[in-house]
Amino acid sequence: MTTGRVAIVDLGLGNLHSVAKAFERAGAKAELSADPDVLQRADRLVMPGQGAFKECAHALAGEVGEAVRAWIDTGRPYLGICLGMQALFEESEEAPGEKGLGIFPGSVKRFGTNLRDAEGRKLKVPHIGWNQIESRHPVFENEEWYYFVHSYYCVPDDESLVVATTDYGGPFCSAIARDNVLACQFHPEKSQHAGARLIGHFLGDVAWN
Amino acid sequence: MLAKRIIPCLDVKEGRVVKGINFVGLRDAGDPVESAQRYSAGGADEITFLDITASHENRRTLFDLVDRTASTVAVPLTVGGGVRERRDVSELLHAGADKVSINSAAVSNPDFVKEMAEAYGSQAIVVAIDAKRVPGEAEKWTVYTHGGRRDTGLDAIAWARQMADYGAGEILLTSMDRDGTQDGYDLLLTRAVVDAISIPVVASGGVGTLGHVHEGLAAGGADAALAASIFHDGHYTVAEVKEYLLDHGVCVRPPERD
Repeated sequence: MTTGRVAIVDLGLGNLHSVAKAFERAGAKAELSADPDVLQRADRLVMPGQGAFKECAHALAGEVGEAVRAWIDTGRPYLGICLGMQALFEESEEAPGEKGLGIFPGSVKRFGTNLRDAEGRKLKVPHIGWNQIESRHPVFENEEWYYFVHSYYCVPDDESLVVATTDYGGPFCSAIARDNVLACQFHPEKSQHAGARLIGHFLGDVAWN
Repeated sequence: MLAKRIIPCLDVKEGRVVKGINFVGLRDAGDPVESAQRYSAGGADEITFLDITASHENRRTLFDLVDRTASTVAVPLTVGGGVRERRDVSELLHAGADKVSINSAAVSNPDFVKEMAEAYGSQAIVVAIDAKRVPGEAEKWTVYTHGGRRDTGLDAIAWARQMADYGAGEILLTSMDRDGTQDGYDLLLTRAVVDAISIPVVASGGVGTLGHVHEGLAAGGADAALAASIFHDGHYTVAEVKEYLLDHGVCVRPPERD
């Protein structure tokens, strides 16, 4: 597998240690950076979850956001994780008035306050822990378990973006894919073997884009 | 459907795993990084380190341990013990912990929990509650601090509720009466806390059998089961616990076979 250089967008809002290590374990050379030149030179770009939507939107309002947008336009592979998925959309209920990257039309919504499972038991928000996905996309395995930590989820205007859903009081969008852009609400870096497989697929061991 | 979590806990002292009964009579039980790797390979959903190193001078040892574990183990890592100030939280998160567990410092300054949840997000802040039954009372527990040596007099249920209100993302609930005894979780305590709050509760203290884990998650209603000695002593593997739970209708992430 030729993985090339992976740049991990570091907005300075959280610890990206485990994301970097997960890529290194998969055999990639991973570099944490917010420098547009460094991002520009990479073969693959990863935007991990960091901070809350507001801080993330502020951090992306300047040249880093421009660099990410320009990068996605080049057609090279992009992986968004958690907030790095949510940031692709226009806005979030977490921070009304703040602008996401707006790569895709749509918004980010909060889980309802009276969320219940199929047996009527009240579900807790945030959704924290291991849950399954339903997917037919080549980078995911149907019914695979991944680790989630979030209170908000993406609602794309274009439903055909959705390539995986997860059940938490009903199905929500847990991954999207379009051309060179792949993004998931869960954390592959914390999802043990399943996460490692996804990272391997993103790095090129299956054709997905 | 969200799975119930199985969390092996490693009590760590000066960089080694130790195990004792009711926090006394400690003995060496190996290298924490190796143990964490073994548990995660066996299907552990998370790993918890509780640092019981007495002095603050040896914190570097802990940070190094957290860093080495987070570099090799791809499941969430919670670290607690001796977390007193903001710097402790930030350094542990920086070293690679996903969650930091606060115990005594929450009691001496409840606002500390609020500030840390605001700074790092509720998902990163666990409040550990060591609860002990009040003698002569069937369903009353008070909160103990300082490794179970000091009775604060605080009602454990009211305290759990307050900590949830203050932004804790999760409660790690240990029964001091049961810890290390292998008599099973205190199910009444677990159920009382689960029913009182709407954040996840991790049951801890007392697991000796597979049935105990099942009880804690089913009758106790806990979101996760934490156990130490059944794993360290090699009584059961994480995979055996999970297979037992699956056979008994509990939703867990099945152990992987590589």
